[in-house]
This record gives sequence, structure tokens and C-alpha cells, in this order.
Amino acid sequence: MALVFVEGVDDELSLQAVAFARGIDDDVQLVSFGEAVYAPAGWARAIVQEIEQGTPSIVLAPGSDRGNEVMAHVSAILDRPFAANCTSLTIGEPASVTRVRWGGSLLEEALVHGSPLVATVAPHAVAAASDAIDARTLTAPEDSVAVRERVATVSAGVSLADADVVVSGGRGVGSAEGFAVIEELAELLGGAVGCSRAVTSAGWRPHTDQVGQTGTKISPEIYIACGISGATQHMAGCKGAKKLLAINPDAEASIFASADYAVIGDLHQVVPAISAEIRKARGT
Amino acid sequence: MNVLVCVKRVPLTGGKIVLTEDERAISTRHLGFTVSPHEECGAEEAVRLVEALGGSSVVLTLGPPEAEEQLRDMMAIGVDRGIHLLTDGSEWDPQATAAAIVSAVRGEPDAFDLILFGNESADAGNYQVAIRVARFLGLPCVTGVKAISVEGSDVRCEQEVAGGRDVYVVPMPAVVTVKEGLNLPRYPSVPGRLRAKRKPVAAVTPERSPSRLEMVRLVLPPGSGKQVEVLGNGPEAAPAVVGVLEGLGLV
Repeated sequence: MALVFVEGVDDELSLQAVAFARGIDDDVQLVSFGEAVYAPAGWARAIVQEIEQGTPSIVLAPGSDRGNEVMAHVSAILDRPFAANCTSLTIGEPASVTRVRWGGSLLEEALVHGSPLVATVAPHAVAAASDAIDARTLTAPEDSVAVRERVATVSAGVSLADADVVVSGGRGVGSAEGFAVIEELAELLGGAVGCSRAVTSAGWRPHTDQVGQTGTKISPEIYIACGISGATQHMAGCKGAKKLLAINPDAEASIFASADYAVIGDLHQVVPAISAEIRKARGT
Repeated sequence: MNVLVCVKRVPLTGGKIVLTEDERAISTRHLGFTVSPHEECGAEEAVRLVEALGGSSVVLTLGPPEAEEQLRDMMAIGVDRGIHLLTDGSEWDPQATAAAIVSAVRGEPDAFDLILFGNESADAGNYQVAIRVARFLGLPCVTGVKAISVEGSDVRCEQEVAGGRDVYVVPMPAVVTVKEGLNLPRYPSVPGRLRAKRKPVAAVTPERSPSRLEMVRLVLPPGSGKQVEVLGNGPEAAPAVVGVLEGLGLV
């Protein structure tokens, strides 16, 4: 039996974990905590009780913040290893898994000793289950670590994670002021402004604008990367983009290896020329 | 206020990852090293908390002798001293790592009020060492934190979630894992670097428990297979770019 912790019956990553589990075991049982206040260690204790009663061969969760956190607690309580963000796995003693490293820039093949196997499913490793799923709602014991309140953030404009167009600047922009041309193009296209880690480390843009392994993961229709060399840290955040247009003066820049379209040139000249051309085409 | 921050030495990978011949590590012949980005913010936070509230800050790493460089880097931005859990450079799994950290923490004369980790390491991304350490020590643990404030004997933590921030208030001592964006780490000054050279580092060689998450080999994911279309050089490429944007219905 495979036991799967789902965050919700319509949560995309949870539905992927369900599809993944069905590829491993015919008997898949789902548990969730409904609308209960999130309490990672408390939820883990309730799942451990299920494990002790049901003796699953594998315990899975989505490779989300909460999925990884709850499974880490489950494995810590059971004193078992935990394989986070797996793209494939085979149950056995030991089990063998392939899991994501470096935000997806590298994969690891590993052996996991001890049963049951505790793992999470890497986002987008498989397509989500398409049928309606039914999860049993568990009740967790009280725990001192629980969400006290949710503070809503009010953001102006298009959010980076959801934008259809993202225009980003990297070290090549040269200064905070240099982003004016990036902002102008993003606004013309109804998109969001992004940047690389070099830019946030320099203090030119807030961290909320960072696209990357330790920033925001984006999945726009087109990503326009200006003056960005294409370090793995950055590419881990934009590999969900459907199309990538890179503008860089260095024809050897590694970003061109992942790009669909390339413009070899200085963004300070190219980007304003694109904005002017858009205005011309629109007759504004 | 005694704060411990745990960091990991990782290569600065640049644009293209090349593996060693045995496929068990990244070839670092041409690479520098750093700490994971989340952890750099953890060290900055430790320094800020001690600056504001008094006490002392300690940085711990588990890694080869060369990882002393990362301890000195963190001491250069203001951490007071270092603990170096020495390894032969081979990778320790999360359970062995957590056990070694726990025994180092227990060996300290003064208890830590706060133990900070990065939410996940840049390289292995196992998302669990902090949670295991908290469990061993019987401490509360909050993860993925982007704002920390000390309120009396409690610590208030804000965690970024879709649409807002979840707030946790837990009693100290506590384990907290942080994410980049928590703060903007300062650059080390020249005097800071000089002072760091004289700060104490306690080196011990911990006992290693057998790996239960046992890396066999690393694999480079298949390439994108994309064939890049060069639209042109310089501003003359603008009409071709707009052609592409028109094709996507954006212009």
C-alpha cells in the first residue's frame, strides 16, 4: 500500500504525487487535514500513526514546501531516511530513487535503506491525476508549532510567479537606475519585472523580484532575459518558461544554450529599440 | 542571546555543471566555493540579532578542512567564532549530518537560544537536517522563514506562502530555517576580514554513522534540445523581436 499525504483534493502538486503513487502501487490511500490550521510536527505525528496501523511500503507527499516539511518530520520521528523531490523510484530493500539536486540542474541516483520509504515527488516529474480524488481527513494532535495568523500581502501589478511575460535584468544592467528600460518593456507587454541573484545581492532590486533557485520560479509564455549570463542558480528558476529570448553582448554566454531566440547585443541599446518598435507597430 | 548558524560549503557552479570522472561530485577544478544563499542570510541574521540584543554568535559547518574558508567568510561579516566538524570531503547523508550537529550542540558550555539553518542546501536540497536536529534536541522548528523578531522569550517567524505570510510564534530555544530575502547580507569589510583571521575555530572530527540515503551517482539532466534562433545583432534586431512577440499575440 502507498500512503499519500495531499495538501488538498484540487492541489496541482498533490495530484501529481497521486499519479506518481499509482505508478508504484495499485493500492493508494490518501490522507489530508482538510481545513485544519497547519502544524507540521503535529500533522506528521498523525501520519506516523497511520503508518503504524496501515504498514504502507511507501509514504509519499508532493515536493512542495509543506510536503517536504511534513515528510521530514515523519522520517525524523520514525528515524528513517527521507528522499526529497524524487523523479522516479523503485521500492525494494534498499529502494532506489532518482532525485533532484541544485534546483533541477542535476539529478542524483541514490539507495534508500529502511522501510517504509519516505519520499516526496519532484514538481512536474509526472502529469497530475485527472480524476476526482478522495482523501481521508485526519485529526492531528495539538502542537506548539502552528500557524498563528495569515497576513495577506497586497501586491501592485502582475505577480512574478503568475505573469505571462517576464522581462528580467542581470548584472549587465549595471545599476538600479538601469532597470528603467526593463520596466518600460515589461509595462508595454503587460508583464512583470524580474532579475538575477547578482542584482538582488547588489541591492539594485528587492529579493521579491529575483528569478532563481533561491528566488521565484516562473512559468511565463515568454521570458526575456537581458544581460543575464545564465548561471545554474538562475536557470533553475526560469526553466518553466515556454519561450526564452536572451539578449546578451557575449555570444558565448551560457544562457544561449537554453534560449529559443537570441539577440547578440547590449541591452541598453536593444531593449529601448524593442520598446520603440512595439510603439511603432501599435501606432502609439 | 546565543545564536548558532549552520552553513554548508558548496561550489559556485556558474553556467555549466561538469561532473568528476567517478560521477560522484561536481568537478570543481575551475570553481570557487561559497555557502548556500539561504545560509548567508542566516549568518547575517545571527549577527544582527546579537548586535541588537547582545550575546554571541557561532557558525558551524560540517565539511572538509577547506570549509574553514566558509567559516572565516561568515566571521568576516561579524559572527564571533566557529565550530568545524571535519570530514574527508565525501558527502554525509542528512541523518549522519544531523547527529554530528546535535552532538556538537550538546557539547557546548552555553545553550543556544536560536539555531538557524538554510531552508535547504543549494546542492543536495534534502530539506531535513534542521528538522532532524530539532527533533533530537526536543525543540520547536519553523521553516522557510523570511522575517524573524524576538519578542521576550518567544521568536516570531514569518513564512512566505501563496498570497501572503503565515506567522508562527514559538518559545525559545528554537530551530528556525531561513530563506534568502530574509535580509540583504552585508559585504565583509577589510577590517572584518582581518578580525576573522584571529577569531577562534574549534575543530573536531565527529563519528560518522552509516549512510542510509546513499548517493550512487550524479546525472546531468538531458539538455533542452533547443536550437536557438539568432534574431540579430544590436538594436537592428528589434523588428525581428517584435515579429516573435506578434506571433505570441503580445503586440
